[in-house]
Amino acid sequence: MNAPDFLVHDNEDTVGVVVVESVKAGANLNGLNMTTGEKLRMEAQADIPLGHKIALKNFGEGDTVLKYGHDIGKIVAAVKAGDHVHVHNMKTKRW
Amino acid sequence: MTALANQEFFGYRREDGRVGIRNHVAILPLDDLSNAACEKVANNIDGCLALPHHYGRLQFGEDLDLHFRTLIGTGKNPNVAACIVIGIEPGWTQRVVDGIAETGKPVAGFAIEGQGEIKAVAAASRKAQEFAQWASEKMRVSCKIADLWVSTKCGESDTTSGLASCPTVGNLIDKFDPLGATTCFGETSELTGAEKVCAARAATPEIGEKFLKTWQAYMDEVIEPNKTSDLSESQPTKGNIAGGLTTIEEKAFGNLQKIGKKTRFIDVLGPAEAPARGPGLYFMDTSSAAAECVTLQAAAGFVVHLFPTGQGNIIGNPIEPVIKLTANPRTAREMPEHIDLDCSGILRGEMTLDEAGDALIDITVRTCNGRLTAAESLKHREFVMTKLYRSA
Repeated sequence: MNAPDFLVHDNEDTVGVVVVESVKAGANLNGLNMTTGEKLRMEAQADIPLGHKIALKNFGEGDTVLKYGHDIGKIVAAVKAGDHVHVHNMKTKRW
Repeated sequence: MTALANQEFFGYRREDGRVGIRNHVAILPLDDLSNAACEKVANNIDGCLALPHHYGRLQFGEDLDLHFRTLIGTGKNPNVAACIVIGIEPGWTQRVVDGIAETGKPVAGFAIEGQGEIKAVAAASRKAQEFAQWASEKMRVSCKIADLWVSTKCGESDTTSGLASCPTVGNLIDKFDPLGATTCFGETSELTGAEKVCAARAATPEIGEKFLKTWQAYMDEVIEPNKTSDLSESQPTKGNIAGGLTTIEEKAFGNLQKIGKKTRFIDVLGPAEAPARGPGLYFMDTSSAAAECVTLQAAAGFVVHLFPTGQGNIIGNPIEPVIKLTANPRTAREMPEHIDLDCSGILRGEMTLDEAGDALIDITVRTCNGRLTAAESLKHREFVMTKLYRSA
């Protein structure tokens, strides 16, 4: 298969990680679930840099984000599937 | 695993039975005032390595204990063949000398008060020359993975660290553990969010409980009383955030990939505390700042360090070689002089985790045999003592 554009750690994860250097809004992306080997498709809703997260579903404010199958923080501004998820719309639940 | 079980490397077997992979004559200052003398001695005599640092005056209590444990542990590290200690006064200088002497390796102390720096440097240089010539005749001998003490800590992490470079270290740990290697991870604060998952990786519930107490104490004594807002830009760092890491929880789960999928940790060590329960994986209570953490691990006796980086942390250590790996293709391409192993192929599906682990074992064995790491060849010698509080 072609090299994936984004990877997902675990089955329950609600975000993936972009692993290529130039994802532009509107691009159709190939994803791979590293636990199951399942192939995924997503349309990017924003430019997303290498290593940054892509939303795999719609989120409302206060929703928990799962990565590695675990809680890694909460959404603080609404997010659509395919959006860039980072410090502008997500925050730690600690500290 | 048969082939790996027979894997040998060539190291220096020291008087106490431990194995080193480097053969330094360390010139160790007791205190900040003695850095200049140590650097003069190292400049005079080939084969010597000065280890300047910032502290050693008017420290007390637990902080002073840690100061001595770090200095003595550094001198005892088997990568150090022999050691010269220079201090402003003879009392504490001798305390460090006596601690290092427990290994049976050559060690001598010199004090500056009463004679001045020039005479102290002259006397220390004569002894350093004797040690360096003696050390130069030490031969490497065949050693096994069970002789190896390996530490790990990651830095300037990004999401590629959790996806690939930290799991590559974990793959090595899972392969080395059954062979009897002694291994160590740390970074107490950086396990925040994953602390319960980490505790579940302890060999027994009691050890897991000890880990959680250590983690909670760091939160209560260091983070909570001193934090301003939410540690944004400190933890995660600006570099972490640029690399796509958003929260400490996300960073912590990536960090924890370094201990592999099955290895369990068998004890919780204080900072710079040497492991005492035999081979296995240990957790050490450390800061998550790279140079502080590696300095503490080296002082506990670890001889080779595995350092996954995402955005490109460039740290080295004067006595413990730091092997750097990255899975970030841009870092591998733009900062190649700092990278010993590029495992970005995992992200492209060109390399399996198992293959990356084997590649890391290969570069580790070569480093143990004498290959200079990227950080060594660039003369990165960050020796940073951990200080617990202000001096008296």
